[in-house]
Amino acid sequence: MKRLAGYYCFAIATLMLPLLFPDSYYVTVVGVTVCTNIVLAVSLNLLMGYAGQISLGHAAFFGLGAYSSAVLTIKYGMNPWLAMTAGVIAVTVLSYVLSRPILRLKGHYLAMATLGLGIIVHIFFVQADQFTGGPDGISGLPVLSILGYPIDSDLKWYWTFAIFMLASVLFSLNIAHSRSGRALAAVHGSEIAAQMLGVDTAKVKSHVFVFSAVLACITGSLFAHQQDFVSPESFSFFFSIELVTMVVLGGLGSTFGAVIGAILLSLLPEVLLVFEDFEVMIFGAILMVIMIFLPQGLFVAMEETFFRLLKRKSQGSADVTS
Amino acid sequence: MDQLLQFLISGLTVGSIYALVALGFSIIYNASDVVNFAQGEFVMIGAMSAIFLLKGGLPYPLAALCGISITVLVGLALDKLAIEPAKNATVVTTIIITIGASIFLRGVALLIWGKEIYGLPPFTGDKPITIGTATILPQNIWVMVGTAAAVLAVKYFFDKTIMGKAIMACSFNKKAAFLVGINVKQMLLISYGLSAALGASAGILIAPITFMSYGSGVMLGLKGFCAAILGGMGSSMGAVVGGLLLGLIETVGAGFISSGYKDAIAFFVIMLVLFIRPSGILGKAESDRV
Repeated sequence: MKRLAGYYCFAIATLMLPLLFPDSYYVTVVGVTVCTNIVLAVSLNLLMGYAGQISLGHAAFFGLGAYSSAVLTIKYGMNPWLAMTAGVIAVTVLSYVLSRPILRLKGHYLAMATLGLGIIVHIFFVQADQFTGGPDGISGLPVLSILGYPIDSDLKWYWTFAIFMLASVLFSLNIAHSRSGRALAAVHGSEIAAQMLGVDTAKVKSHVFVFSAVLACITGSLFAHQQDFVSPESFSFFFSIELVTMVVLGGLGSTFGAVIGAILLSLLPEVLLVFEDFEVMIFGAILMVIMIFLPQGLFVAMEETFFRLLKRKSQGSADVTS
Repeated sequence: MDQLLQFLISGLTVGSIYALVALGFSIIYNASDVVNFAQGEFVMIGAMSAIFLLKGGLPYPLAALCGISITVLVGLALDKLAIEPAKNATVVTTIIITIGASIFLRGVALLIWGKEIYGLPPFTGDKPITIGTATILPQNIWVMVGTAAAVLAVKYFFDKTIMGKAIMACSFNKKAAFLVGINVKQMLLISYGLSAALGASAGILIAPITFMSYGSGVMLGLKGFCAAILGGMGSSMGAVVGGLLLGLIETVGAGFISSGYKDAIAFFVIMLVLFIRPSGILGKAESDRV
């Protein structure tokens, strides 16, 4: 109960928002973007933060989910849920086949291979225009409905994304305290040591890669239905980099770090809009400054400071009583 | 066959540029273990400042020289203001710092130069030279000769000069280098300057052929990173070989398969190479340290 106290506060805040501000642009529009980015950052954190495997191509799986929903429902008239399932199966197979050779690589070579994967998939979205509509993308997805209830308003989409996001965060928090989570942590610490302890490192890494890809893929499907439009721009190399930035900015390896990073990086462009032409420059500067002065990440740094203060305070009160 | 010669010319031209960018990557990587994602921005800043200085009335050689100097200053500032203060950062953190730097520099370039596309005039005329059925522009020759000269100069610097050897010593073992009296901080600074100079030269060499805008650095930087990885990260000559190979793969892929998929083909080949040889073509196989 105590371990998840922070999670419950976060869940209550997320679910209170639409009740308090049902018409706010920041809830119904920005809120959905924030939730999307949180799930993606959390899924990438499973791979990068828990297992220590960098990926510069995470947007590819997000895009594959979105495009399989869009193409299969619009061009082939498939049921949305069926299309989503088809996307999940395709991404599972693809990521499983790729995971072994890709995760054999380390460090910069792994970064390069995942970057290549992301760019190839993006070019495919742009070039295969008989399926994907090319650079212009495709629009007009059918309405998604859950058990007969259509999700047809911004507020309903917020609820859908909020619940999906909270489930993902809970899952990510729990996995750290499970057998597989400890295996991942061991792989992160030292692959050779993990092997010596009997962890099948290749299998563990490949599983987390597939899982993280599938989570991104489902998010992509939901995103496509919510936006009612997909275009290659949303799944470019830049977005992959943005996701990595969210994870690292908040604090690599911490689920709430990924959450904070995602919230911050989704809200920052909204805030910086006032600066117009200076937006890009200020964004870059903020990124650099945070990483230079808080290399362990914003959330992790905040957490450490908080506990240090707490400790000092309890020591202080102990002095008084004695 | 005739086509092949033409592909060879264009491939080697683009490849030369990738080689210079990759060389810059590997110099910084060797000296400081940092993969500098702002490397592409050096190319853009070098070319754009030369373009605007030329417009401002400076003679061509002087404009080029000033363009390179400005970029070197940017490179030095990057090391002093962003890399040095974050000395204990992990690999991923430094990657994000250099990505932040690249976004920042692009933002500044956007403010100064706007979104338009600019080009430099060719160094010496634009009358094509015909070889058999293939044609070659004087600028293509400039690019290849310029790259060869830069690569040889870098090789000479690292092999023969005391300063070059000192930088090499830092890349092998910083502590040991410090103990024999090498000023490690200064050597890192010099590597950033050198790498920026190489990037800027690449930009000025290619600007008469491809045109430049504030965002041109991104793809060039990525390709340079690919080339460096293809050749084996940290190997200078590997970077040059990787760059030339990447240029050739791209042009041949674009010519024979599809121009739309040319980048995809290049990345696909690189992934295959990595799957077969996980440490690049000329890279040393790494053993795990326990």
